This record gives sequence, C-alpha cells and structure tokens, in this order.
Amino acid sequence: MRRFAAERAKDLIRSQSLQRQNRRRYCLLSPLFPLSSRSQSRFLSSASAPDPPPAMGSPPVTLDTINPKVLKCEYAVRGEIVSIAQRLQQELKENPGSHPFDEILYCNIGNPQSLGQQPITFFREVLALCDHPSILDKSETQGLFSADAIERAWQILDQIPGRATGAYSHSQGIKGLRDAIAAGIEARDGFPADPNDIFLTDGASPAVHMMMQLLTRSESDGILCPIPQYPLYSASIALHGGTLVPYYLDEEAGWGLEMSELQKQLDSARSKGITVRALVVINPGNPTGQVLAEENQQQIVEFCKKEGLVLLADEVYQENIYVPDKQFHSFKKIAHSMGYGDNDISLVSFQSVSKGYYGECGKRGGYMEVTGFSADVREQIYKVASVNLCSNITGQILASLVMNPPKVGDESYESYREERDGILSSLARRAKILENAFNSLEGITCNRAEGAMYLFPRIDLPQKAIKAAEAVKTAPDAFYCRRLLDATGIVVVAGSGFGQVPGTWHFRCTILPQEDKIPAVVSRLTEFHKKFMDEFRD
Amino acid sequence: MAPRALDYESLNENVKKVQYAVRGELYLRASELQKEGKKIIFTNVGNPHALGQKPLTFPRQVVALCQAPFLLDDPNVGLLFPADAIARAKHYLSLTTGGLGAYSDSRGLPGIRKEVAEFIGRRDGYPSDPELIFLTDGASKGVMQMLNTIIRGEGDGVLVPVPQYPLYSAAIALFGGSLVPYHLEETANWGLDVNDLRQSVSRARANGITVRAMVIINPGNPTGQCLSEANLKEILYFCYQENLVLLGDEVYQQNVYQDERPFISARKVLMNMGPPISRELQLVSFHTVSKGYWGECGQRGGYFEMTNIPPKSVDEIYKVASVSLSPNVPAQIFMGLMVNPPKPGDISYDLYVRESKGILESLRRRAKIMTDGFNSCRNVVCNFTEGAMYSFPQIRLPPRAIQAAKQAGKVPDVFYCLKLLEATGISTVPGSGFGQKEGVFHLRTTILPAEEDMPEIMVSFKKFNDEFMEQYEDHRGYSRM
Repeated sequence: MRRFAAERAKDLIRSQSLQRQNRRRYCLLSPLFPLSSRSQSRFLSSASAPDPPPAMGSPPVTLDTINPKVLKCEYAVRGEIVSIAQRLQQELKENPGSHPFDEILYCNIGNPQSLGQQPITFFREVLALCDHPSILDKSETQGLFSADAIERAWQILDQIPGRATGAYSHSQGIKGLRDAIAAGIEARDGFPADPNDIFLTDGASPAVHMMMQLLTRSESDGILCPIPQYPLYSASIALHGGTLVPYYLDEEAGWGLEMSELQKQLDSARSKGITVRALVVINPGNPTGQVLAEENQQQIVEFCKKEGLVLLADEVYQENIYVPDKQFHSFKKIAHSMGYGDNDISLVSFQSVSKGYYGECGKRGGYMEVTGFSADVREQIYKVASVNLCSNITGQILASLVMNPPKVGDESYESYREERDGILSSLARRAKILENAFNSLEGITCNRAEGAMYLFPRIDLPQKAIKAAEAVKTAPDAFYCRRLLDATGIVVVAGSGFGQVPGTWHFRCTILPQEDKIPAVVSRLTEFHKKFMDEFRD
Repeated sequence: MAPRALDYESLNENVKKVQYAVRGELYLRASELQKEGKKIIFTNVGNPHALGQKPLTFPRQVVALCQAPFLLDDPNVGLLFPADAIARAKHYLSLTTGGLGAYSDSRGLPGIRKEVAEFIGRRDGYPSDPELIFLTDGASKGVMQMLNTIIRGEGDGVLVPVPQYPLYSAAIALFGGSLVPYHLEETANWGLDVNDLRQSVSRARANGITVRAMVIINPGNPTGQCLSEANLKEILYFCYQENLVLLGDEVYQQNVYQDERPFISARKVLMNMGPPISRELQLVSFHTVSKGYWGECGQRGGYFEMTNIPPKSVDEIYKVASVSLSPNVPAQIFMGLMVNPPKPGDISYDLYVRESKGILESLRRRAKIMTDGFNSCRNVVCNFTEGAMYSFPQIRLPPRAIQAAKQAGKVPDVFYCLKLLEATGISTVPGSGFGQKEGVFHLRTTILPAEEDMPEIMVSFKKFNDEFMEQYEDHRGYSRM
C-alpha cells in the first residue's frame, strides 16, 4: 500500500488525473515498436498494456524532495551579496553611470589574481611546458623559456609514466611529485615527511570534505570549529550531517585561542551527548588573520592528544605572514618537537596552491598530509580518493613547485624572489593601510591582520541602524554591507557568514585590491561610513 | 596507547561500504608487481594517454599559451605556435577575470558555458541554456553532486544498470542511499528491458524504497552498448511515469564503433517527444574531456546539463558548487576547445582532423580485434564493443576453477584475473566489480593498448586462458569432486 502525506493528497489527486490524461494521449500518439532481431528492447507496446499507476508527489529534484542537508548548508563567501554585486556590475556595463561608482570591487573572496596579482613566472613557464611537452625538443623553446624552467619540466615529466600529463595518475597523486612535496615539508619543518602520507586533491577544500566524510557517522558526531571560521567547515559539516561545536576566538586578545574556552566547549558538547571527533584550527586564521604562538600550538597538540581528537590543521595561509613578531610553525613540526609521533596524535595538515604569494586559485591544487592513522583507516582514505580517480595534474605539478620553488643559484631564483617578495611585502603594506583605515572610522575597531588575506573589523552599529535592518528583515551586518555595496561598489561579506559572538557585528574584507586602488578604496569607504553614521547615529 | 581518535571502528559506516574495483585489489596487485619489475599492461581504467595515445596538438598549444600569457607578448611566439592557437588563447583569456589563476564563477566561466550550450544546440537541434550548465572537475564530481542532492537517506533508491561503472554504486553507498539494480541482457547485446525495469522498481517499492532516479550510461560502461532512439524514448517515458529523474551519463558519446546506432542524446529524444514530457521530465546529462578521442583524463574536466530542474533547486545546486569555489580553469578551456574545435579553413584544422580521425578509426579497429580475439578463446564469449572503451568478455569458468577460487578465498573472477595478471602482466578488472548475474563471470579490459601491441596481447591472453581452461576443465573423464 502506498502511503502519502495527508497535506499532499489533494495535490496528488489533482496531478494524478492530469497525468493520466496526458499519458493516455501520449500512448495513442507515439507507438513504440520493438526493433529487429538485434534489438535491445523487448518492450511490450504500451497501447496494449493497462496504464501503470501514476507517479506520486513532487518531481525528484525540487526543494521539498531534495536532500535536506543540502538545504541546511550555507556558504556566504559566494552568497547573496555577490549575486547582487554581479547584477550591479551587469547594469554598469549596459548603462554606464547608472551607479555612484565606476566598478565593482570584489573584496569578498581570497582570489588574488582576479584583482590583478600576477602569477609567478617560473611556475607558469614550467606548467606551460608540461602542458605542451612536444616543444621541449625544439630549439626555439630555449629562446622563449628560462633554462631552469625547461630543466624542471623535464624532471617533472620524467616522473610521469610516458610523460602523459593527460593520463589519470595514482589516486594520491604522482609519486615523484609527492616525493618533492615531502622533501619540501622536511625542509620547512626539519622533520621528515613520508610521500605516502600525502594525498593531492583539487584544492584543499575537497580534502577537507573527505575528512569530514570519514569522521561523520551521524548528527551525534561533532567537530570543534573556531568562531569566526571560514565557512567551508560549517558547510561541510552540514553537508555530511554532523554537528558543529563552536569555540570562540577572543577578539580582545587579537583573536587569540584560549584553551579554557576549548575545554569548556568540548565538555559542554559531550554533556549534550555529542561525540566530539576533531578540532579544526586555521593557522594563520581566516577570517581573523591571527598567527598562533608556539606555546598555544603546543597546548593544542596536548589537548588533542589528551581528548582523543583528530587535529585538522588548515595551514593554507602558511606563506602569508605580515608581522615580524610571528612565524609559521606547522602543527606537525610542533608535535614532533614535543617528542610526539604517529602513535601520539592523529593530525591532518591542509595546504593549497591558492594562497601564499602564488595565488593560483583557478588551478585547484592542494594536498592533505595525513599522519597518525592506522593502516586500515589509511586504506579507506585511499579508497575514497580512488573513486574520483585522481586530482588534476596541473594542480599536482603546481603543488610540487610551491613546496619546492627555485633555490639560490638557480637561473630563475632572482626574478622569482623579486616577484615573491614584491607580492608579500605589498600584501603586508595593504594589510596595514586597510587596518588603519578601518580603525579610523567611527565605531569600528579592527585587529591587525598578522597573516592570511583578510581583515575582520568589528562595527558597533547604532540602535537606529539595527532597527532599520530588522525592518527590512536583514541581519544588521548584512544591512551595512549592502549599503556599502550600493554606495561604493565594494563587496564584502557580513560577519554572520563566518560566525561571531552574538550581538557583535563584523564584516570580512580582503586585502587584495591592487596597491594603486587602495587609496580609492579607503576614501570611498570612509566617505560612505561617515554618511551611514550621520544617517543612523543614535 | 590510548585508542586513536579515528580508528576503523569509528569511521563513517558509509565509507566502509564503498567499493571501487577499478582501482581495487587487481590494480593494487598490479602496482606491486610493477614495482618488482614486472611489465604490466594496465587495462583497468579508461586512461588512453597512459597507453600511448598522444594528446591532440591544438588544445595543448592553446592551454600552454593560456598558462604563460607572457609568451603572447614575445615576438618569437609564432615560431612555436600557430596563429589560430594564439588567437584562441587570447580569446579564452579574455573570458576570464585574471587568467587561469583566478577562481571562476562556481558554475564555470560564462563564456565557456555558452560555448557548451551552443555545442549542445548544434548537436541536438534544440537550444540549451548556459545557466543550466555547470562545469565540474571531471564528470564524476558532477555525478556525486547530483546524487548527493537527490539522496536523502537509505529509503531513497537509484536505478543503476547491472553491469555498471562502479562510480554509481560507490557514490550511492557513500551518500547512504539504496542501489536498485536493473539488468542488461547479455544475450541481447546488453540490451535494456523495460519489464525488468518495472520489476526492479516494484521490488524496491515493496521493500519500502522510494525510487528517485535512474542512471543510464550511453554508450555503456563496461558493456559498450549504444541505446537506440526507441530505447531512449521508452526509458524517458518510464521515468516520467515513475516520477524519476533521469541521469544520463553520456561521456562516451564520441566513442561509437558501429553505424546502426549512432549516438543520440537523451535530451534530444526528450525534446523530440514534445510536451508535456519534454517540459516536465527531469534530466541531468553528463559529459567529459576524459574520453572520446581527446582522452584528457588528467585535466579533470566535465559538465552536467540540467533539464526541467526548477530554479530554486538549481540555486541549491549552485550553492553546494560554490562551497568548492570553482572547477579548475585549464580544464574549462579544454572543454571549450572540445565543443568548439578547429573549423575548416583554420590553420590547425587539417592536423586536428587527421589526429582525431586517426584515433577514432584505430579505436574502431581495436574494438573489433579485441572482440574477435576473445571470441577465439576457449570458454570465452564476448559481445561486440559498440561504443565506449571497454571489452567485457564472459569467462565460463569450469567448476574446478570456481572451487579453487573458493579455496584461495577469492571471488572466482578475481581469482581468474589475478592469475591472468601474474602470467601475462595484463591488469584487468573482474566483472564482480561492475555487477553481473549470479554465477556468470566477466572481466573488463580496455581497447586502449596501442594497435601494434594488440595482436601480441591477444595472443598472450589466449595462451593463458586456454592453458587455464585446460588445467581446470574436467575433460579427461575423471569424476568431479
């Protein structure tokens, strides 16, 4: 017996009779005959068989029938405000002068090259040669490419069976490239890395998804995430049906991570029957930019070891550090320096080619380094990776270049260093200029960006503004961001997209517009903010 | 030592259920043997370039230029790259905001989606909407996205052909759904029987499963059969009656080796059927740069096209796509080039046609060589590879072989394939990885080894097979155990 929800019964009866009418009409109009003896169909003519019972309910892919976890998942970085901005951009194109600004400035997303950052020449030379290896034999190539790029391309191609960059590779990524990455990790940390621990992925994000998939059995499985966080984590947890267990970073202490807060949230979750499986730490932080002190990192390692949590270390911004008093230390290095190894702590480190000074977002390259797991768990990780066969080869090659860039003495080293340092010092300057700009605005305080690519200023919105936001059923920070977009064309993401202490309001703005655009950004922002406060000041 | 934070017991059960034989036991054993120095012929996966097929020249020229745009400023670039490749690189770069290194729109670059829509329009004779086309990092990612959208829990079933490409069974397991098998009939050239479909659905429903979707793979994998227009009509009508979304895996649409049944897309057939079905039946079609005569597996480029999916659902699908930010841009350019190849009159046209035809004609010849080769072996029966890239011969294992397999703790076809591997270095995938009728065994191999290597491979196989059959067949009249 079929069962249907009472509230759908009426609709069903209506749609059933409609469908029956249509189907009967269809049967008469298009007879279907079996083919010749080589026929693949042994279809009984529908005209002779009675009408099968009609289908029930809404079509399979409609809002009320799709996977509810999909509905639950949110990702503000490319949310509503971006769609609105794209619309405004289109309007500007069709009708110049239709808005009080000349262009839309996308400060919502860490996408450096879309805002004019240039790629590292050496990397692109190697990639181009790997894409079209048949020119390596030609003498003209020597004139167009640097010698060490040609040499590196040969090296890489020799590690690819048949030099076939168009072939699916090993599901963890090409072995030779993993060797290079492991060597790079060892050079960075001073501790060895095993190429078999490395899984190359289409960006760091798919690797995060994989770990969430492995860790989440049901809603009772929780993952500790920083608030504010990069919303990949909340989205991924929602998609996999788990529970996000928030721990608050301390804005007053430069977005510092307090161990007491971690413990408190862990205990609270457990008391509610949640099995907390892992701890996500983003270092350097996104959106907050803080770089953890070594001591803090040691405490985190001890905490995970003691509480039996997998440490998920998002380290994609490891090359974006702007302050002399902080340094990046990988969690693996910290754990090893404490004398801990594979038997003590389960640790996953995520790295990407999208950030740093290389900013190759569009290539979708990254990896996770997985340590401290048993062989049978690793087999399962491999198995899941194998269903997708492999990550894209260009991204794999780029990951090996990022972890193994030109060295002193290489032909391309000087120009590489100049490009790299130019980008990094510019990022540091922009971080400072924008931080100061935000701090100069009434009611806005902004912690310094020690690293990463973002500023996360806090606004004390006047009551009047909050009420105006409520009147249009918008969160107050989203209201501010919308007004900012409409007045200046600058796109930022409301703090609610990242999480914040309730009753506080923030927005995330990238530091990525090119340096020559920054003065205009600052002045437009300042002018807008003054007008906004004039309008809404209590 | 304290229990590990993540041990086998505490893993997501769905992950444990996943099987993906294409890179499973046989492949791992083959890799081990290769490390030990044995020559292995990997025919376990549709990976043309790994077996010597050369990439097409034109797309590689274009993408190389896009990777290194500073080349375009060099006065000597014309020495290495033809003018039309240079022009095309400039065209694709102009479609981006910031070149290959920037995240694109989460659905893919609008300009390339427009090219894909135009291709579909030319192919089918019906316009396609670029807004309903999402580029993905390979078709597999698109399939996973759609299945994750459809499957709510184990009460949701997806009709999957048996034999099937095990991405489908793996994805359904991963997302906690139920696989509802429908059988392809080997004796009718792997044909599809709508009655079997109906029975599968009834059985599933009787078990409390809500059947949500139907997968067709056309041309088929591993079976290679090409669906006729009539077949597609029946399937579409069936899905319409049963309220199923049809998932049309059409990644092998360029790989057709007979002339009776050329490729016709599910969308074209649907549109031909006219309203109401053409306006109501939900369809998602998948394509890729990995197969055809391009074989660019390593790029991870694909797309899915949605038909009759309501706007709000499209928004939700977009939302999930946005979490992964964007598909990789170089592969998007490969996709643009694939749907918009050199035209007559272009400088690169002749070379492009020569290369493409060469590959396709060779594939057609190899499909025949392999089918005939298998059919000449003892206890082996093989349907002709009408399309795709595989041969799926049936191996009639003698009872003693099956017994030996049991004793070795192996599934019979795994046992056979392992022996084949050890004896010849040919790495195949046992039919159990794809699904087959109880007690009927197959293996899947590809038709991709180089044409000049084919005769030797078939000889090597025949020698092993006939010796194996000799060993395990009870032909001397001894009583069976």
